[in-house]
Amino acid sequence: MTLLLEDVTLRAGDRVLVADLTLRVAPGEVLTVMGPSGAGKSSLLAWACGTLPPGLTGSGRVAVNGEDLTALPPHRRRLGILFQDDLLFPHMSVGGNLAFGLDGAVRGRAARRAAVAAALAEAELPGLQARDPATLSGGQRARVALMRVLLSRPHALLLDEPFGRLDTALRGRMRRFVFDAARARGLPVLLVTHDAEDLAASGGKVVELGRENCPA
Amino acid sequence: MRWPLQSNIALPGRPSPLAAAPALLVAAMLLPVAAGLAATLAPAFGWFPALGGGVVSLRPFADFFALPEVPGAIAATLRTGLAATALSLVIAVALAVVARHGAVRRAADAIVAPLLATPHAALAIGLGFLLAPSGWIVRALSPGLTGWHVPPDIATVQDPLGAALVLGLCVKEVPYLLLMTLAALAQADAPASRVVAASLGYGPWRAWALVVLPRVWPQLRLPVAAVLSFSLSVVDVALILGPGNPPTLAVLVLRLFNDPDLGRWFPACAGAVVLAGIVLAALGLLFALERLLARLGRVLARSGARGGDGRGADGLAGAIGAVLAALGAGALAVLVVWSFAGVWRFSDALPARWSGATWQAQAPALSGPAQATLFIGLAATLLALLLVVPCLENERRTGRTPRRALALLYVPLLVPQIAFLSGMQQALLRLHLDGGAVALVWAHLVFVLPYVFLSLADPWRALDERLLRSAACLGASPWRVRLRVTLPLLARPLLAAAAVGFAVSVGLYLPTLFAGAGRVASLTTEAVTLASGADRRIVAATALLQAAFPLVFYALAVGLPSWRARHRRGLALQ
Repeated sequence: MTLLLEDVTLRAGDRVLVADLTLRVAPGEVLTVMGPSGAGKSSLLAWACGTLPPGLTGSGRVAVNGEDLTALPPHRRRLGILFQDDLLFPHMSVGGNLAFGLDGAVRGRAARRAAVAAALAEAELPGLQARDPATLSGGQRARVALMRVLLSRPHALLLDEPFGRLDTALRGRMRRFVFDAARARGLPVLLVTHDAEDLAASGGKVVELGRENCPA
Repeated sequence: MRWPLQSNIALPGRPSPLAAAPALLVAAMLLPVAAGLAATLAPAFGWFPALGGGVVSLRPFADFFALPEVPGAIAATLRTGLAATALSLVIAVALAVVARHGAVRRAADAIVAPLLATPHAALAIGLGFLLAPSGWIVRALSPGLTGWHVPPDIATVQDPLGAALVLGLCVKEVPYLLLMTLAALAQADAPASRVVAASLGYGPWRAWALVVLPRVWPQLRLPVAAVLSFSLSVVDVALILGPGNPPTLAVLVLRLFNDPDLGRWFPACAGAVVLAGIVLAALGLLFALERLLARLGRVLARSGARGGDGRGADGLAGAIGAVLAALGAGALAVLVVWSFAGVWRFSDALPARWSGATWQAQAPALSGPAQATLFIGLAATLLALLLVVPCLENERRTGRTPRRALALLYVPLLVPQIAFLSGMQQALLRLHLDGGAVALVWAHLVFVLPYVFLSLADPWRALDERLLRSAACLGASPWRVRLRVTLPLLARPLLAAAAVGFAVSVGLYLPTLFAGAGRVASLTTEAVTLASGADRRIVAATALLQAAFPLVFYALAVGLPSWRARHRRGLALQ
């Protein structure tokens, strides 16, 4: 899978946030977009997902493996996204959250249950299906959120400062966990951050956004 | 950052059906009001061909003002309406100031919801049974403290001044305005302002007046205006607690509408227009007063006077709040006691014998009105939710909150009911819908919609959009997101809004009377009719049942989501 963002321009009213940006992320590669807050990093990911907030307009093309996604609604794009907060659904159990994410192509009760159990095992949280997400630690919740995205079988992974809320010790582990999981699946990863350590750990290319557009 | 989910973006040429929701809601709410107003205005100026009025003239107004009761009725309306609004506002704001003490806040939180859910009529009937010369309070004190062996001959309810009516309105409107004030406080980040003012040496009351009230007032002015209009034009409470001769203007106009002499319809419409004019003038007065007080506040703020620590004011406000709460609780309690009373002679503090006979005897008579109340209330509430929820989803879709259009929600609450309901009945008659289920549910919907919208809007807007974006990016279609994420997460506010809507519907007297064309009895119309002279036990049973419906619904609305969320701590935080 290769993720391609082509000639992307994002505007907030008259202000240009992102101008003619083209990014290509190879399978298993992590491409990091850095820039000050307000530079349009998160908006870039939202545009790729098809969830650009009203008030912002965007143009350009987003494609995976040559398939143009630009005209598809968000739920058909298969671009998994992780945010700074885990955003687990508070009304569902841990297993319920994972099952909600799990690709509908996995059919049959037993198969779906097994997929959820395997995901929990991979996240080193075996047997926690029935737990209330609110009772998990921050690191555990972050791992559940990642597994939820991976179970939806995305074609690429978009990370919107996903490690910002974790404490320093946890951050390193979680980073490795996410990058390893993406690499193992051959997913292109587009990471948005302002943490230089994220960049160092990703070991990939970096694009800087918004120097000229953003008043300091 | 909160980002609205645009689930339908990038699909130009496919307009969302949600886009029609706001127009549909406004039409459902305002068409009856507009048609009703027009059909009241025309006869007021003599135009009503069906009744032989084919010439536009001021004759109906002349006829109306020629009635001997009119000057007294206008005076009674102004006296009670203005006093009830002013007192309710001052007491509610004072209680909000005192609610900075945790104990007062907890007490207020506990008592506000049940008082709001209790219908006006039931509460008024209960208050009458408390305060009347032969009421529970006199019975409890006699003959020991008073020496009375027969009820004293003093008018403590239906008094000519209207004090009982003012008190009855205050018991209902103070909780409403207090709730609105506390909600506005939470939004305006008022505690921070108060702390800043305190650190600069300002006493709590002065700080409230100078830095907190100006910030919460913008959110309070429409609710206060609604209370003002309601207090000036209320009918059911005025029938039960208000002065009899002359009555308030709204009651007088209702009598004219009900007069078998159809010629009275013209002066009745004129009277309804006069009442609407009075309400309009009072609203103008309110907004003039608002400016004056704001100017005064700015002068006071520049003076640098700090104000005292306000212990005396705290005590006084707390005491008044306690008395109102006790009256409200006592009103409900006396309904229970009377409905189970066997024999209760005067000056006995409690019935000598208890019995379920009243309930047994009344069960057949109450079941019809109870079913009508339940059906109308549930139908109007369900319809309101079906109109409001798409509206709020459309807001999410477009990312725009039409603040100005939202003021339209207050139109049915600001126009006096009697000024458009009689006209609405005429319009329904012409459509052959009067007295039918459609007419009743629609008439109730007009008043249920604003409350359902207002109680649902804030929680709906506060939902974290990123949860919905996450669900969409996991592959869930917009409808799946709504069903599996939005609705379950908003179950609590949805049920609460439904409870509010249902309580509003159960409490409606005039809309039931007019849209039902006098042929449909709800618990409310029954209770109000019986209150004018039936056996107290029967009145109490009817009023208690009327109050029980919304109270039970409220309890379920609070209880069910908590039970459902008992294993989900994250939901409790919302």
